[in-house]
Amino acid sequence: MSSDSVVNDMVIRFANVNGTGSASANDMFSKAIFRMGIPVSPKNIFPSNIQGLPTWYEVRINEKGYLGRRAGVDLLVGVNPQSYAKDIAAVRPGGYFMYDSTKKLHHEFDREDIHYIGIPMMRLCMENFQHPRQQQLFKNIVYVGALAALLDIEIEVIRQMIREQFSHKEKLIPPNFKALELGFEYAQAHYDCPLDIRVERRDNVGDHIMIDGNTATALGALYAGVTVAAWYPITPSTSVVKAFETYAKRLRIDKATGKKKYAIVQAEDELAAVGMVIGATWNGARAFTATSGPGISLMSEFIGLAYFAEIPLVLVDVQRGGPSTGMPTRTQQSDILSAAYASHGDTKQVLLFPSTPTECFEMAAAAFDLADRLQTPIILMSDLDLGMNSHMSPPLTWDDERRYDLGKVLNAEELEKLEKYGRYLDVDNDGICYRTLPGTHPTKGSFFTRGTSRDEYARYTEDGEVYVRIVNRLLKKWETAKRYVPAPELYQKENRSTQGIIFFGTSTYAALEALTLLKEQGMELDAMRIKAFPFDKTVEQFIEAHEQVFIIEQNRDKQFRSLLVNELEVYPKKLLTILNYDGMPITADTIVHQIKDYLLMYAHNGRHINNHQRKSL
Amino acid sequence: MTYIKPKFRHPGLKRNKIGFAKSDYEGAISTLCAGCGHDSISGAIIQACYEMAIEPHHLAKLSGIGCSSKTPTYFLGNSHGFNSVHGRMPSIATGANLANRDLIYLGVSGDGDSASIGLGQFCHVLRRNLNMVYIVMNNGCYGLTKGQDSATADPGSVSKEGSNNAFQAIDLVGLSLELGATFVARSFSGDKKQLVPLIKAAMSHPGFAFLDIISPCVTFNNNPGSTKSYDYVREHIAATSRLDFVPEEKEITVSYEEGTSASVRLHDGSLIHLQKLSPHWDPTDRDSAMNHLQKAKSHGEILTGLLYIDPHSGDLHQLLDTVAQPLNTLREKELCPGRAVLEEINAEYR
Repeated sequence: MSSDSVVNDMVIRFANVNGTGSASANDMFSKAIFRMGIPVSPKNIFPSNIQGLPTWYEVRINEKGYLGRRAGVDLLVGVNPQSYAKDIAAVRPGGYFMYDSTKKLHHEFDREDIHYIGIPMMRLCMENFQHPRQQQLFKNIVYVGALAALLDIEIEVIRQMIREQFSHKEKLIPPNFKALELGFEYAQAHYDCPLDIRVERRDNVGDHIMIDGNTATALGALYAGVTVAAWYPITPSTSVVKAFETYAKRLRIDKATGKKKYAIVQAEDELAAVGMVIGATWNGARAFTATSGPGISLMSEFIGLAYFAEIPLVLVDVQRGGPSTGMPTRTQQSDILSAAYASHGDTKQVLLFPSTPTECFEMAAAAFDLADRLQTPIILMSDLDLGMNSHMSPPLTWDDERRYDLGKVLNAEELEKLEKYGRYLDVDNDGICYRTLPGTHPTKGSFFTRGTSRDEYARYTEDGEVYVRIVNRLLKKWETAKRYVPAPELYQKENRSTQGIIFFGTSTYAALEALTLLKEQGMELDAMRIKAFPFDKTVEQFIEAHEQVFIIEQNRDKQFRSLLVNELEVYPKKLLTILNYDGMPITADTIVHQIKDYLLMYAHNGRHINNHQRKSL
Repeated sequence: MTYIKPKFRHPGLKRNKIGFAKSDYEGAISTLCAGCGHDSISGAIIQACYEMAIEPHHLAKLSGIGCSSKTPTYFLGNSHGFNSVHGRMPSIATGANLANRDLIYLGVSGDGDSASIGLGQFCHVLRRNLNMVYIVMNNGCYGLTKGQDSATADPGSVSKEGSNNAFQAIDLVGLSLELGATFVARSFSGDKKQLVPLIKAAMSHPGFAFLDIISPCVTFNNNPGSTKSYDYVREHIAATSRLDFVPEEKEITVSYEEGTSASVRLHDGSLIHLQKLSPHWDPTDRDSAMNHLQKAKSHGEILTGLLYIDPHSGDLHQLLDTVAQPLNTLREKELCPGRAVLEEINAEYR
């Protein structure tokens, strides 16, 4: 063991072929690190394809708890000859390339400045396992075993995970142990173990869990009392409704009859999916749909109906690379404007920006209260990185005293007492009117829901004065919404810097790390994380209080900045952007470099900031 | 139109068994063109609901966009209504029905709304056998935008402007039989005697009940050469049967001649009695319905009546195996698994 070895701070990348069963072995690897008490963040980098194309899995291990992506690979596990050239090029000087040495590595892949670790994965499997499928699958376990030796992972932790994974197929435990041992022993016999990068048990994960945002979102919906889910399959949101179904099957079956206390419909398209949700919420059930950018485009007409007719609607947008079909399996925050102003005419939609799976759970649950309270669409703005990758996140919690806020809905007794009911009468002067559900009262409270203009009693009208009254009341409701949506989070008690930084969603991981790194270099910035749209007063105040504010976002067109400029009375030139839109999550380095460059330039002439694109994967 | 109907009711007005007068099932005054077929269909809906003694708030009326989709304003003023977006009423109805299975859902659409922009949703709501009545007021043209041909216009049919339709017609009845619909009927807005029992039977059917009702557009498609004009339809109509709808508790008092009649008993015990006009036709046989429809078509006839019914129909709730209690009545106690379960779930992610 070298004396200057790096402990618990590294990036390991796996290069696999999709459809070969590598995913569960890779998950086992990162979970083992997590169970050793070391913060870890895995990311799948996968193609829009089922079998045969290159796929990567990148794990950042960092005992300080930085969970954003970091550039530079310390050890690359290359199991896919198709991508060897690219993979070897990705290893940092002095790093390691581990490969299947059953076949000799061609000299074109030689690099002087990295170490090569050959493990004959295929040969070991051929010699020890009979079935071709097993030979293929156990190759993955062999490299996990080798990594355990090379990085000093506690082997018993992995063995325990194997026992748990196959508790219902016990005969698979011994061959998995065998494969693990083959890799472990080969690495120990042929290399100096551990390497100068290694892991060591810590107590740095507390009671955190490792969960993906889509599963957490689904649990939020389930806890919030969703009974109707309608959806159309689209990456990366598909697993939201799939997870909802998994948990509903487990937790929502009526014990007496065995029947379901939920209904899930796979619709014919996104238009129908959102229509079903609107129909269900109009009728008083809690319902939701999940989609991605192309689905938001298709749903826009109905989103406008829900906005104008004032029907609760919860929509989950797991953003991916756009425009058009774009990069279906890469991440972006590029639906900000199309979601904020979804649909034609004057519309504004409430957006929530979760940054961790725990927030996916909390904000998903909150979205249903908000939708019922505000009688309007609520869009949960997740993204592929948050939705499909496991993140270390605080445990999910629920207060059993919590009651659903179903908003202003009149029951039969209340209707009975009413002289005259008006669906769009602003009785409480907060822009939110009382609705009634079909089936409530035989002769009172019925009204006609429509997307056309109507008066306070829901009667069709084309009277301009009445129309203006109604749409202005919707603006009043928008003001009311600011009181209900989650407030921004400030990271300092009082402002200390002339520069500020604003971020939201999954940029948070990289932004928080960047702030620490900048502070270590003597540059301290005030920071604000925005959790919702509409923006409340504090956002304007934060921008007012600083000479420059850096907006961090993952799209080309500075969409979040546009939204701030459009909605607030702020001086646009103050708002500088740090962008990342190559489909990979933004890194702290990107943020640090751009802010440093800017601050240096600002010292000279103070005008331009160059948002150079990072080299893509 | 702004004038308001008088609220005065004659004290001696006839009432149905739950105490409602026929006027309680009416809506606002129609703003459609005088003589529009759609108004006759609205009248038939009012009559059917009154006779069946439906509590007005136990029915929800839904529509898309177009002249036909305006009609729900003109009937059942005590029922909730939903005028959705063009061609998308089926999805709204699906969600509404999933939320509360205890209401009757009456969807009204047109040929533009269902056969063009909404053809996809029409097919899929039918596949799912959603428990609803789905009426298409079919006039072969886009009335609200001044008379363009719709997808149900017959090839060669002449428009008011004098142009010949060059394209094949989408026959929604043929299509729904092909797609597996469990209740398929065609009627004519001018045949109230057939319409009222058909609507009643459709409301009793536990599944998707489709009624294609030819409803001439007096303003844009009632000219010579149009195959959807009053004159043309009257001349070419051919009924499959004379139809009676017998509610569960009523005794059958009419005697039918042996061999010329067929009865279909519905899940709630009510009975549809058909006096058949063709001895070879069986209303519960899909092949027979499709054959008769095709034959009539090749003879230039418009076949009307109840063409097909599946007495064993199981609706979407049955297919999804949902609880009997409407989902919109469930609350925290039934829906939220609570904190302890969440802690178990957390443990699975460590």
